[in-house]
Amino acid sequence: MAWLQTLIDACYFLAALLFILGLKRMSSPRTARGGIVWAGYGMLLAVIATLFLPDMENRGLIIGAVLIGVAAAWWSGRRVAMTAMPQMVALYNGMGGGAAAAIGATELISHVGGLAAVNGVVAPNTFPLAPESWSPLHGVATVIAPLSPVALALGVLGALIGSVSFSGSLIAFAKLQGWMDRRFVFPGQRVVNMLVLAAAVVIGVMLAMGHLTLPLIGAFFLLALLFGLLMTLPIGGADMPVVISLYNAFTGLAVAFEGYVLHNEAMIIAGMVVGAAGTLLTQLMAKAMNRSIGNVLFGSFGAASGAAAQEIGGSQKPIEAADAAVMMAYAERVVIVPGYGMAVAQAQHKVWEFAQLLLARGVKVKFAIHPVAGRMPGHMNVLLAEAGVPYDLIVDMEDINPEFPATDVALVIGANDVVNPLAKTDPSSPIYGMPILDVADAKQVIVVKRGKGTGFAGIENALFYADNARMLYGDGQAAAGQLVSELKTLDG
Amino acid sequence: MLDGFLALYIFMLAAFTGYEIIARVPVILHTPLMSGSNFIHGIVLVGAMIALGHARTPFEMSIGFVGVLLGAGNAAGGYVVTERMLEMFKTSKPGKGSGEAK
Repeated sequence: MAWLQTLIDACYFLAALLFILGLKRMSSPRTARGGIVWAGYGMLLAVIATLFLPDMENRGLIIGAVLIGVAAAWWSGRRVAMTAMPQMVALYNGMGGGAAAAIGATELISHVGGLAAVNGVVAPNTFPLAPESWSPLHGVATVIAPLSPVALALGVLGALIGSVSFSGSLIAFAKLQGWMDRRFVFPGQRVVNMLVLAAAVVIGVMLAMGHLTLPLIGAFFLLALLFGLLMTLPIGGADMPVVISLYNAFTGLAVAFEGYVLHNEAMIIAGMVVGAAGTLLTQLMAKAMNRSIGNVLFGSFGAASGAAAQEIGGSQKPIEAADAAVMMAYAERVVIVPGYGMAVAQAQHKVWEFAQLLLARGVKVKFAIHPVAGRMPGHMNVLLAEAGVPYDLIVDMEDINPEFPATDVALVIGANDVVNPLAKTDPSSPIYGMPILDVADAKQVIVVKRGKGTGFAGIENALFYADNARMLYGDGQAAAGQLVSELKTLDG
Repeated sequence: MLDGFLALYIFMLAAFTGYEIIARVPVILHTPLMSGSNFIHGIVLVGAMIALGHARTPFEMSIGFVGVLLGAGNAAGGYVVTERMLEMFKTSKPGKGSGEAK
């Protein structure tokens, strides 16, 4: 059966190759679509090959579980609205972390009873790739597997990281889905978190040293899951993209480590690539928000904002949709700044319709996108692309900021923290130092906003009180609809 | 066989590969790429299948079963979501035609 093993190994090799090429293609807009398809073929190949591995039992159960899992995820992934994509990524990522933890759990548990098996009858058909051959107990019994302590240690580490990613991602999902209050803070939280993590690590070290008992394994997983939970609870929604990206990298690492335990090179390579890519992506996001990853995780966003916040003078000045429409219809340059509010209101189509009407009147319209607008970097790009806005009208922050002084009207739709001038002027503000879109430099600013409340980060926005700012209160979709109809009556 | 240092080399090279791929990516693709890498670690499904395939006791089997369920969810969900995101990039293309240069 050597040819079968070679064939399976070749499939794994091809899968790893397809993953890397697919990811590479995904990093360029022109080839991105093909990238995911390539990676998809790789996955299919790896899964089918796995079914043919020798010494596999429970094939019926495996196929059943795969079918149920695929069907449920496929169905939910198809149905969900584009605006809910960030939390779906969090959810699926958590599932991956959970799967990695489950692998670690079965490995550890199977070695609990392993001692008896070693002393009694050792299955002679230990296939080279079977995890049994990596058993630390085999190592103890025969002293021929010097690597097994490494495998055990990595298995425990992968289980820890996977568990944290699992419970943490589920909390992130619940928060973005709006099932949970924004933050959950109690005194001494950091100490408690550290104690929980320390306890999990201590038990993990005991496990890695070969003290494998069921209660210890159970306690290990409970503590790891609890830590993921506690670690994510105090993090504010504005930081969620960074956290999801971090957990994405975590899951990748966990998968790579469990891949080492299972002796599966495809898992090691795919997991490690994602671990590294995810870490870099997390850094890029944190940098765009001018926050370090440590600050996001431990810095309790908004805790300092009550202290010495700058007094904001003036008042919010409302404007009617009709006036706003006229103002933009006779402007020369209009810059539209979308934010998460636009996503929530599903207003991207109406906004693009409005922009098209302006374009038809000869107004120069551009869309300005802050790197972390919405809940994930590129979130707004995805939504605008969905509505059909062409690339060349979408401008990044660095390119649009110098243009604001020459802009007649800046239309802010559902964006808040990313246009808050306090980030530049108020050192006590929690978002101080974050690069922002300088919409306040435009001659007029129109802000579409549901109410007078603060934004997602819970910070007052000085822009709304500026002399050149007018507030158009209303849901993003409704407001954009009004602007469209006002513009049409103007034309008609 | 994966010996200590050979495995270490694989870990290292794979890490550099991941880092290099992401290093030059435009902001516009960050979300789809996060989603795409989320799909790729769905390879955990393969590991979960192996774990379930080697499970002997009902307890191990039930944990392995949950693992395969979760792994399958990661892979399938990650694929669908990423594909839907990237599909939009495709349909937006004929709009004005430019932007390819970016």
